[in-house]
Amino acid sequence: MRNYLKYAVVLILVVALLALGGISCSSGGGGATPTPAATPYKVGALFANSGNNYPLGQPEWQTVEMMEKQINDAGGINGHPLDVIMYDTASDTATAATMAHKLIDQGVVAIIGPTSTGESMAIKSIANDAHVPLISCAAGSVIVQPVGNFTWVFNTPQLDYIAIERLYTYLQEQNITKIALLTDTAGFGAAGRKWLVNTDMLSKYGLTIVPNGDQTYGPTDVDMQSQLTKINGTDAQAIVCWGTNPGPAIIARNMKTLGMTIPLLCSHGIAFQSFITTAGAAANGVIFVAGKLPIVDQLPGNDTQKVVLEKYKSDFEAVYGVGSANTFGGHAYDALNMVVDALKAVGPDRAKIRDYIENDIENWPGTGGVYNMSPQNHNGLPTDPKQAMVLVKIVNGQWTWLKD
Amino acid sequence: MSSAQFVQYLIAGITSGSVYALVGLGFTIIYAVSKIINFAQGEFVMLGGLLSFTLIHSAGLPLIPALILSVIVAAAIGAAMYLLAIRPAKKASVVSLIIITIGAATFIRGMAGQELTKAFVRSPSFSGEQSISFLGAHIDPQALWIIGAMVLVTIIVHLFLTYTMVGKALKACAINPVASSLVGINPKTMALIAFVLASALGGIGGIVLAPLTPMSYQSGVMLGLKGFVAAAIGGFASPIAAVFGGLLLGIVENFAVAANWGPFTSSYKDAIALVVLLLILLVRSGKLAEEERAG
Amino acid sequence: MLASLKRNWSYLAITGVIAFFMLIPFDWFLGQYTTLMIFIGIYTIVTVGLCLLMGYTGQVSLGQAAFFGMGAYISAILSKTYGVNPWLAMLIAAIMTGAFAYIIGYPIFRLKGNYLAMATLGLGLIMWILFTELSQFTGGPDGMSGIPSLSIGGFVFDSSFRCYFLVWLFCLVVLLISQNIVRSRTGRALRAIHGSEAASESIGINVNQFKVKILTLSAVYASLAGSLFVHYLRFVSPQPFDFLASVKLVVMAVIGGLASVWGAIFGAGATRVLSDELLLRFGQWDIVVYGLILVLVMIFMPEGLFVKLKELYERFRFRYRRREAQP
Repeated sequence: MRNYLKYAVVLILVVALLALGGISCSSGGGGATPTPAATPYKVGALFANSGNNYPLGQPEWQTVEMMEKQINDAGGINGHPLDVIMYDTASDTATAATMAHKLIDQGVVAIIGPTSTGESMAIKSIANDAHVPLISCAAGSVIVQPVGNFTWVFNTPQLDYIAIERLYTYLQEQNITKIALLTDTAGFGAAGRKWLVNTDMLSKYGLTIVPNGDQTYGPTDVDMQSQLTKINGTDAQAIVCWGTNPGPAIIARNMKTLGMTIPLLCSHGIAFQSFITTAGAAANGVIFVAGKLPIVDQLPGNDTQKVVLEKYKSDFEAVYGVGSANTFGGHAYDALNMVVDALKAVGPDRAKIRDYIENDIENWPGTGGVYNMSPQNHNGLPTDPKQAMVLVKIVNGQWTWLKD
Repeated sequence: MSSAQFVQYLIAGITSGSVYALVGLGFTIIYAVSKIINFAQGEFVMLGGLLSFTLIHSAGLPLIPALILSVIVAAAIGAAMYLLAIRPAKKASVVSLIIITIGAATFIRGMAGQELTKAFVRSPSFSGEQSISFLGAHIDPQALWIIGAMVLVTIIVHLFLTYTMVGKALKACAINPVASSLVGINPKTMALIAFVLASALGGIGGIVLAPLTPMSYQSGVMLGLKGFVAAAIGGFASPIAAVFGGLLLGIVENFAVAANWGPFTSSYKDAIALVVLLLILLVRSGKLAEEERAG
Repeated sequence: MLASLKRNWSYLAITGVIAFFMLIPFDWFLGQYTTLMIFIGIYTIVTVGLCLLMGYTGQVSLGQAAFFGMGAYISAILSKTYGVNPWLAMLIAAIMTGAFAYIIGYPIFRLKGNYLAMATLGLGLIMWILFTELSQFTGGPDGMSGIPSLSIGGFVFDSSFRCYFLVWLFCLVVLLISQNIVRSRTGRALRAIHGSEAASESIGINVNQFKVKILTLSAVYASLAGSLFVHYLRFVSPQPFDFLASVKLVVMAVIGGLASVWGAIFGAGATRVLSDELLLRFGQWDIVVYGLILVLVMIFMPEGLFVKLKELYERFRFRYRRREAQP
């Protein structure tokens, strides 16, 4: 008798859980469909809504949720509702690859995301071979350069080497010649390191990496004092750190502990508020390269991007709160807008969407910059570092534009 | 390597080693009493960290009550885990029990992500962030709190096991559960005490670590594995051995980075620790087989 | 008359099941679940090996993902970096993984119970660290992409649709081989070992040798599955082979009922459907629900869901018959 009771309990629990799942699914997914008669346009999206890249992936996820609602409330795309099938990659490359196959099985017309360079590289061949346009939201130039056979792959963020050139320009202007590197061994950090140590790049800006100055850390490492102690023993004049959450915040803290006063320069991978809250006082003085979103209030009125940046920022912050908008959400905003423009013009045809993005995204202002896609350039942002990106310095816990 | 650098590496190693030691201590105590490898051990460190952060920032509690409350909540969750997940699985096999602890760990991690925070967070330091100079090295004051907490806790656990009635009962239960139940020691109660003690230890590790490194709801996974390795280096035998295992692991890790052992960077150190574990197990295999038969 | 009808019925049922499986990947049927089904097939292959090892010899392995990963990485490195034919790469991977399992089998099986669990777990972790750290070969934490697909002549298995049939063909062959082993002399020897090692020794079974042989076989299965995994996914990274992956494999074997070859499909299927489809509906609560289900299943049905369902079915049938027998 007691045995039966056990099974009954398990059965009820399982049924209850599944029912709960069904309810939350139906109330979440189907709510915003305006015209059930027209077939929805299915777009796939993959973002890191949990795991290490959560501070980057969350705003991307939220941006797409917001846009899907906005577009459907306004009557969809040419009368067709937009159906974004969005999966959480949990910041994991293999999950991203699995989810990409899953999206393709479901017949999406394009995929936007994933969040990180590692995840994007994982699904690049999958999307390309299945002839599904992929618009990545990660900054690694390896994703889109050279285009080669990967004609279906695009990305929206400012490329890593342009960001590096922007930082190196600044170092040259500050008469700094000896630098040390501290890079993440995964994804974005590893891809960036290849550019950072590139001898042509270094000599162009008169820089050398000091002996023992090329240090790395693992994505799950929680303490970089040992690497920094080594760098402290060199005559480096500045540290360039390439990586995303949470490494750079730990490094900023560790440097303060070790009493190191040389400047710390970081990538656009730390352009989110929680970097400042996790690093605390140690965040002050950190310089990073970024798109224009963090300093949109300080931009002159005639800037070509000002309108789109302000619209994105006010739309996003109206839903998710003041101060919540950041450049990462902007990458997803640009990516989905490109797909939506293509759908408006050519309808739900994968090949035509690809052609549209490659040929018709011209003088197209987005949050990342003004895009000019072409068969040779699947990123489309300006390559002049000073035009493409700005430097931001954290002063008293605030992002301030470092004009030079 | 200059002497200042040497001291710097050593202290960094002892600091991270202290946290591994606290986790390893928990692994060992639970294993000794109940023969369960509790893979949820790392989650209690995470809980300690995130709870203290949340209590300070969201609930606005002052530091000390927040810390005490965090440890109490972590210990209560440990007790709940034993009572709700471990005890009902009466005659479960080794594998089933391991899966149960992993299921519980997953559950705790998920709840922490939902109810506390999904971002990386850092609690305020206990005593400022101005680093202290010592033999040419710079030390974060929080590192001293971590090391101090570990030393204090180890001493208390040792005294508890040696001099109190409950502690002696725990030890007796670990050595021979059948005989000790004959003299009126209830193994189930002892297992419950072991879980409470171990999760409190984890919680303490978490509250002292959270001001030093940012933590997230996923931090427990790696800390749990390191604690497992620490306990394994100590042979899952005595709590003190686990503490030394943890310290050794922490120190080796940091010097491995310092020494640039050719390709041997970053996490090879964990592999080395695991190879040591395998060798220890294999060398002692004859004796262990006897133990298994006796237990 | 009744007997022949019964026989025909079972043939009809088998035909029906096969037809159902054949039709799954078509878009008008269950095409959107093709990826899911491929993963179920791949994980079934690993799970069968683990069922043989754990169910029939009673040995724990918390490091099976290491063999799975070795197959995946050896296949990936040989075919991508060195341009070896993927089929040959798959074969070499299986041989190397099997040899590795054979060599470590003898020392590791001197351990029992918790210590065996710890040792296999340690082994799994070491392999995972190697996958991550030998970055000049493995691509480090980012892994490797652009791994070539399998192909026969000009026919390339480059879509989910095509891979589906390939994977399930492999799966079926592995299941049939395992079925034969279980029913053979070896199978009886294995069951004897599970019953009592001492007794088996005394009737002349070389216990250790049998254990090591089964470990090797399970490693070869895992390696084959790993190769299929990378040639389908066209990507490999360390995460699918970490510690939790080993645990997931054990969960599949346990849910499928350890002492049953065909239960493996059920175990792999239930687990993947849960994690790839059902849990997605819980959004951010997915891992909370997953943890809860693990605990509940292990507490209430430690002998596995499949065995439990079978038991319930038998009991139902028994009652039904008894009622039928009454006038």
